[in-house]
Amino acid sequence: MSQANATDGTVSASDRPKGLFERTIGSIVLLKESPVGLVGAVLVTIFFIVAIFAPLLAPHHYETFIMPMAAPLSTGPNGEFLLLGADLRGRDIFSRLIYGTQRVVFYASLATFCAYIVGILMGLAAGYFRGWVDEVLSFLANVILSFPVMVLFVLIITSIGASGATIVFAVVFASAPGIMRIVRGLTLDIATRDYIAAAQTRGESPWYIMLVELLPNARGPLIVDACLRMGYTTITIGALGFLGLGLPPPFPDWGGMINETRTLAMGGFWWMPFFPALAVSLLVLGFNLLADGLREVSLRD
Amino acid sequence: MARLLVRRLGLMLLIMLVVGFILFIVNEGDPRKVARGVLGPYAQEQQLDIWIQENGYDRPIPVRFLDWVGGVATGDLGESVQYKRPVNEFFWERLGNTGILAGLTFLIMVPLALLLGVLAGMKEGSLQDRTISVASIITTSIPEFASAVILTTVFVIQLKWLPGTSSMAAGWDWMQMILPVTVLVLYGFGYIARMTRASMAEVMTTHYIRTAVLKGLPYKRVILKHALRNALIAPFTVIMLQLNWLLSGVVVTEYAFAYKGFGTLLLEAALRRDIFVIEACGLAAVFVAVLSQTLGDIGYTFLNPRIRFS
Repeated sequence: MSQANATDGTVSASDRPKGLFERTIGSIVLLKESPVGLVGAVLVTIFFIVAIFAPLLAPHHYETFIMPMAAPLSTGPNGEFLLLGADLRGRDIFSRLIYGTQRVVFYASLATFCAYIVGILMGLAAGYFRGWVDEVLSFLANVILSFPVMVLFVLIITSIGASGATIVFAVVFASAPGIMRIVRGLTLDIATRDYIAAAQTRGESPWYIMLVELLPNARGPLIVDACLRMGYTTITIGALGFLGLGLPPPFPDWGGMINETRTLAMGGFWWMPFFPALAVSLLVLGFNLLADGLREVSLRD
Repeated sequence: MARLLVRRLGLMLLIMLVVGFILFIVNEGDPRKVARGVLGPYAQEQQLDIWIQENGYDRPIPVRFLDWVGGVATGDLGESVQYKRPVNEFFWERLGNTGILAGLTFLIMVPLALLLGVLAGMKEGSLQDRTISVASIITTSIPEFASAVILTTVFVIQLKWLPGTSSMAAGWDWMQMILPVTVLVLYGFGYIARMTRASMAEVMTTHYIRTAVLKGLPYKRVILKHALRNALIAPFTVIMLQLNWLLSGVVVTEYAFAYKGFGTLLLEAALRRDIFVIEACGLAAVFVAVLSQTLGDIGYTFLNPRIRFS
């Protein structure tokens, strides 16, 4: 690990290898140089905190009946304050948004994480073994990537039914080929370095070389890509809810909230779909700004 | 050049065949499911058997697949279960409507994105660059279904300027195209603009641009005559790939505005298990996507002399 760093010239002044905690702090300090990235980091952090502490932060339960059709900033019959109004069934939209955050953050993280595991393993194998392994995996990736993403999602989810597992499966199926292509490219490049040849001479097994020598040195571009992909996945989960193919009710889902209320909105109840639409845009903006900031900082090194 | 063309077209055909096979297996692999879908949930087992025999679904899968490929190749797309009409009768009109929506979007999005990208990339790090870059990140962060809601709230509910649906119920109406096109342009232009910006910024650091500036050419001429031609090669591929993304966006946008195009047809068919319509839509989507990728690759090679002559 430290040997690998030395070839990159990024070893710290003290020869002691840095821990995960120190490195995290280090990247936050670096991010200070990019105001855009900092805004993104703050937005993403807020949404993650809201997701983790949703039951503590929400003023009401997501199913509690308070006052149907209440406008934003109105007060319910028992003095409940409705910051963003209530929906058709009298449920507090602010509380539903908070619980919805938990859902979207959980599924976006889980789906992106699984897609990365599959994509990284495929990309490492294609880039390291080359030959027929690469041919087969690259052709598979080409076939899957030739589908427009939303068409693929609609086809997968309508044929196996909507559930959390289905959505994770569909995201992995659709994004893993893209991740594979990036990892494959990075692997082809890194595999020509001296430290890989050294490991091969030492007689290490191929998977040890791929996971321990190669992968850590490909992490820079992958972290930026992961941020962007979290944004895409958030959009996907929202869009599926919007099309009525998302996670089943009653647990609130941003896309579903928009879909259920948008005909009502035409009658003047605009706040019902408006605030979920704003929430999803802010979260995606956070991921995109963070990715942009990280890319800028990494290019400056 | 000719070899590349043949190779790319061959690959395209191969991908279409594989995709066709996947669509066929998923939708028609099990003959009883097909019969059940066509005859409805109240049909009896014997009726299913008779239907399967009459329509040749008792033949092995490879034979049926070849038959199916022959049908598709000669333009026979089967009969829709929900409309009881040949798919051909309404499929092309829906596809045409989507073509109009996507075409209008491209017509506005591409020049806008290229212009903004060039303006930003001309002076990297300037206020102009920063503003355009941040604006394009913001618009790309608002998914189609969210911008549809936000724009509807402002222009339909509050200001009452525009119609809220685009179903064209009383004949063709251009006013109904404004919101769907705006939604697609807003989400799509940022990516092309950022790619153009990166490409332009890179060209601006090259030696021949510095030479052109130092020998005293007017700045405008350096940009228009020297920089632009090379800076626009890379975005060309991105624009062709964008067609794939546009088709995804079209499904959501058409649903949001009840526009009668390919996307709403696919959704309806998928929810009602109208298998022949699903297959037609899937094939059309992949055909457009693969064709645009192939054209993008060939065009890139053609535009870039360094690749063309090597």
